[in-house]
Amino acid sequence: MSDNANNTTTHAALSKKFNADEPRVDWHDETLWFVRSKRDKAANALPEWEELRETASQIKNNVLSNMSGYLQQFEEKARQNGMVIHWAPDAKAHNEIVLSILKRHGVDRMVKSKSMLTEECHLNQYLQQNGVEVIDTDLGERIVQMRQEPPSHIVLPAIHLKKQDVSDTFHEHLHTEKGNNDPQFLTNAARLHLREKFLTRKAALTGVNFAIAETGEFVVCTNEGNADMGAHLADVHIACMGFEKIIPQRKHLGVFLRLLARSATGQPVTTYSSHFKKPRQGQEVHIVIVDNGRSTQLGRKDFRNSLKCIRCAACFNTCPVYRRSGGHSYHTAIAGPIGSILAPNLDIKQYADLPFASTLCGSCSNVCPVKIDIHDQLYKWRQVIGKQGYAGKAKAISMQGMAFTLAHPSMYKVAGKAGRWFLRNTPFLLNNKLNPWYHQREMPASPKESFADWYKKNRQPNNE
Amino acid sequence: MSIANNTTGLQSPPSGDGSAILQAIKANQPAPVALVEIPAFTPFFDDVVAKYMEVLTAIGGDVYLVNSNEEIIEKIKLQFPGAGRIVSFCAEFAGIAEEKTPGSSAHSYENVDVFIMKPALAVAENSAVWITDNDVPVRVLPFIAQSVVAIIRRQDIVATMHHAYDKIADVDYGFATFIAGPSKTADIEQSLVLGAHGPKTMTVFIQQ
Ligand code: SF4
Repeated sequence: MSDNANNTTTHAALSKKFNADEPRVDWHDETLWFVRSKRDKAANALPEWEELRETASQIKNNVLSNMSGYLQQFEEKARQNGMVIHWAPDAKAHNEIVLSILKRHGVDRMVKSKSMLTEECHLNQYLQQNGVEVIDTDLGERIVQMRQEPPSHIVLPAIHLKKQDVSDTFHEHLHTEKGNNDPQFLTNAARLHLREKFLTRKAALTGVNFAIAETGEFVVCTNEGNADMGAHLADVHIACMGFEKIIPQRKHLGVFLRLLARSATGQPVTTYSSHFKKPRQGQEVHIVIVDNGRSTQLGRKDFRNSLKCIRCAACFNTCPVYRRSGGHSYHTAIAGPIGSILAPNLDIKQYADLPFASTLCGSCSNVCPVKIDIHDQLYKWRQVIGKQGYAGKAKAISMQGMAFTLAHPSMYKVAGKAGRWFLRNTPFLLNNKLNPWYHQREMPASPKESFADWYKKNRQPNNE
Repeated sequence: MSIANNTTGLQSPPSGDGSAILQAIKANQPAPVALVEIPAFTPFFDDVVAKYMEVLTAIGGDVYLVNSNEEIIEKIKLQFPGAGRIVSFCAEFAGIAEEKTPGSSAHSYENVDVFIMKPALAVAENSAVWITDNDVPVRVLPFIAQSVVAIIRRQDIVATMHHAYDKIADVDYGFATFIAGPSKTADIEQSLVLGAHGPKTMTVFIQQ
């Protein structure tokens, strides 16, 4: 897999690249907006939606404040349940632990379901360098893995690709009929290809959506069933989790499972919500609990809320910058608004540009199911980055890039369309005092002025 | 991590204990915040059976109201005419299914066409059924079968996930799962395809 954290690349440069194919960018934008609309429909159907978000947020506040206690409780219970617990201070330790488990079992081929943590740790590369073949089994992840690309979205890993791309990739790797772009046909080809892997691999790695302190069990949510196919057929199940996945009690899943899929794709729940409590007879289950900068983030008063994230990607789908720049432009495993808060914690210099890859419109904070103040945190990172002397360049480049990203497509230049686009893409902009672009300015009233023209006039940031 | 630590863990990772990480977390976590109660939400619909049927249909499942096991068996025969291997852990389907006892290897089920199960709980708001390895001792079966059939009792349908967890908060199991509809993916250009890795169909019979 190629390195997606290249020092010489910036969000601005990468989004320019993404914007080279204008119709495709429009398609990407519209597709994600469609997912966002499905989320709205699902959320609006629940009268208690806001109260549910508030409850989730408060449960997570409690978790942050008693993180060490819950983790200890989880460890103890999980051990009683017969699971093996490992602690990894950083990505390197995480990867070494996984390799050591595989080596102990003489395993050199493994299936893996979706785990953004293993992307963060670059586990696949590490294992491959150490002679272990890893097959990603989530369909989207398998597609990008064949193409040697990282996922571009945490829920929809191949959202940047069109069906012709998938057809070409499968023709090359699975010898499917050339030019057959039928999603049903392509999915079935992947089903047959991956079934053989599930049946022959002795080890399966999964992510963790929630870990329950009270019971020592963990929950994995998928639509495809790939985590379960892997785990229930393997002799060794390795589950990797950032420590912030902990929640206090099983009944709290009622809150989080109601929010997760509705926020992610507008489904009432994922097809499978699997609760792993004890290994099945003859099986070993290992849980790797990872820090990798999270304890530092927990100590940052302004940014600790980012650890409440349940990785639904609603903030991606609603973000006008994400939709028009694509996940790869963020040059980090977790893209989008939340990724732009998490990444600078790991390396402020390398990711100094990301908090600037935002209009600070606040739409992300408005959709977040655990009520993370995402756009406030992006703003606060800008200040930290400024104080530490990385801002000048990062900001200049990013603002330019965003001007390009948001102003380039010709549709924005069409009189009359601008206002509509603006409303759709920056719904919470109007009263947002934090926004350096629009501070003390009204929303452009004239439909005769294109967004590009308007932007040119109003681009000077004036409040930092 | 910046904490000086000469005794444990940082450079001898495999299976090292968590004390250094837990210590760092403890030092950095905010002041205690009380755990809130989950409010008693009133369900946003009245008729749980109607809601269950509506949602399952919307997510690609098939659902029927039935009065007897005979009716179920007839419908299964009709729906899966060419099925080679039908498996169940429920004695009442011995006539059409291999009645299995726990113990056989997970891999021996790779060619199952239809798996019939009787979940103890179902959820109207998302049409999920709940099974544990107490009822389905072969964990892989509901995933590896080409089709799944679930028989639920009308009185076992609860309104929301909160009601479900009220019932299962203290249940012991090794593995348990909520299953809502056939396995699915939209990873190819957002086109919905049923039957990703797991069952291509899910049929639910609600016993009156
Ligand atoms: S920050 Fe909120 S909206 Fe974004 S992925 Fe996390 S939980 Fe979802």
